[in-house]
Amino acid sequence: MGRFIAWRLIELPLVLAVIYLVTFTLAWVAPGTPFGNSERKLPAAAEKALREQFHATSDWQFLGYYPRRLLLHGDFGPSMSYDGFTVNDILRASLPISITLGLFAILIALVVGCGVGVMAALQRGGILDGLSLAVALIGISLPSFVVAGLLLAVFSDRLHWLPSGGWGTLKQLILPGFALATLPMAYIARLTRVAMLDTLGNDYVRTARAKGLTRSDVIWRHAFRNAFLPVFTYLGPAAAYAMTGSFVVETVFNIPGLGQHFVNGVKNRDQTLILGTVMVYAAMLLVLNLIVDLGYAMIDPRIDVTAKQ
Amino acid sequence: MTAMEPILSQENAPAADFRKSVDMRLAIGGGILLLLFVACVGSLPWTLNSHSNFYYDHQGADSLQAPSGAALWTVMGTSKLGQSMLGECLFGGVISLMIGLSAAALSVFLGVGIGLLAGYRGGWVDALLMRTCDILYALPYILLVILFKLALEKRLNGLFGSDMAANLIVLFLAIGLVSWPPMARVIRGQVLSLRTLPFVEAARAAGVPQGRIFTRHLLPNLVGPIVVYATLTVPQAILQESFLSFLGIGIQKPLPTWGSLASDGLTLALNPIASCWWLLVFPCTLLGVTLLALNFVGDGLRDAWDPRRNSKMI
Repeated sequence: MGRFIAWRLIELPLVLAVIYLVTFTLAWVAPGTPFGNSERKLPAAAEKALREQFHATSDWQFLGYYPRRLLLHGDFGPSMSYDGFTVNDILRASLPISITLGLFAILIALVVGCGVGVMAALQRGGILDGLSLAVALIGISLPSFVVAGLLLAVFSDRLHWLPSGGWGTLKQLILPGFALATLPMAYIARLTRVAMLDTLGNDYVRTARAKGLTRSDVIWRHAFRNAFLPVFTYLGPAAAYAMTGSFVVETVFNIPGLGQHFVNGVKNRDQTLILGTVMVYAAMLLVLNLIVDLGYAMIDPRIDVTAKQ
Repeated sequence: MTAMEPILSQENAPAADFRKSVDMRLAIGGGILLLLFVACVGSLPWTLNSHSNFYYDHQGADSLQAPSGAALWTVMGTSKLGQSMLGECLFGGVISLMIGLSAAALSVFLGVGIGLLAGYRGGWVDALLMRTCDILYALPYILLVILFKLALEKRLNGLFGSDMAANLIVLFLAIGLVSWPPMARVIRGQVLSLRTLPFVEAARAAGVPQGRIFTRHLLPNLVGPIVVYATLTVPQAILQESFLSFLGIGIQKPLPTWGSLASDGLTLALNPIASCWWLLVFPCTLLGVTLLALNFVGDGLRDAWDPRRNSKMI
């Protein structure tokens, strides 16, 4: 186990380095620079000055300068499109927002999804079962921006219960959280339902009940713990979805998070910002996957995560 | 997928009633898809004819009319520029389906090729390809699509001489190029177990060249998972396109797709004073129904081919 963790920890920076190179290549071969574009041609002297300011007179200078700066100072350099801001400033301001939103969404998805899944399994074929299937179907067949729009229309425009966007208060967290949670929630509910149905048929559940444990004890402590495994494996993909889904949800609700900055970075060809956001996303995802793998071993000691696939 | 898993076999046939429900799903999903496909493609003579009311780039004075049964072209109302929403939805369907199908085809092609190679060759080839897979997994999916699109777009513009063609091709390339890892993993797992079987060994001993072992001996045994994953990749690709359209980096106007129609309609439809609901409802319904039908077909196929993996979940 210790070796496994050590190996994964050694692999992490290597994978990140490759991702840096890939992103750099993709962002750099993209035509158009942040220094003027086809509509607004900068005078040659001004462009040269800008390029010198950003250490980008040539591809090689750029590639030589920024990775070194990142390694030595942990610094992504100045943003090319947000005047006067460094990429680190932007990340520092937006990362907590995106993390809060993402964690909140996954929390909703887990709590509601597991609860609904267990209930649906307990009364198979009942109203709640049908309802959860319906929600799951909507969840997978509607793009998240439509879900977000519908939530806005109902809870903000019609009922005036919640604000329509922005960031800062708890109330502003609720709608985007649910918009982002719909898809993972749907999957988790269905996963839990199937797993619970499988588990509840086991002999040990009957035994536990027969020896006098209460119904809720059997359901939550005996059956659910086993049924939770497939849900736990889904947490990795769910986290990935919460990150990419945030591009859309943050745009709809006008939340100044990481996703918006990435999209803006792409639109403005802001190479340093693109590199910064991609690296942060990749690092978060890699660490999360590692945590999920380790947690998996903790929940179910029988599983050998160190085994090669 | 581990090397220990048995190969898909017809032997463990599912119970009769389960079979029936699978067939039902396949039939309903497939029927809906066929219907949509025929309608979208069959209407091309009108949606591409600039003199028709259904023309996708039609410019008329009747903008933002609510749906009315007065004429066929206003059944779904009209858009902001006076285009017939029915025509937009039909032509948008052609493009959405085209992108979904071609991106899935590319990702299947890549996934199968890479999976075969990695599983059969093993060693450093396997290690290299699987690490590439890991890296692609580590990057958020849509991030790569956007980066690919950014890198390729203008270059292809010059190559094809037309913005529209380049736009379509880049999107299909970008989505196809990043969605192959799941497919490659599945195929690799299958090949790992297949290659130890006597018939592959026999073929190798008989001096059958590697390429022929791939196409004649391994591929036929992999048709099941390939078909299943292909069907499940199509809705993914369509959804990715709608995301990109929403962010303003997908298919560019005037070409419509269901995703871009929905995202364009969103603000006008949610306007509380004069809601133009038809701008959102029709493309969304079509998109949703298509995704649902594709998922139905994919899951139905998965249960039919691989009864051990029960996908009753959706």
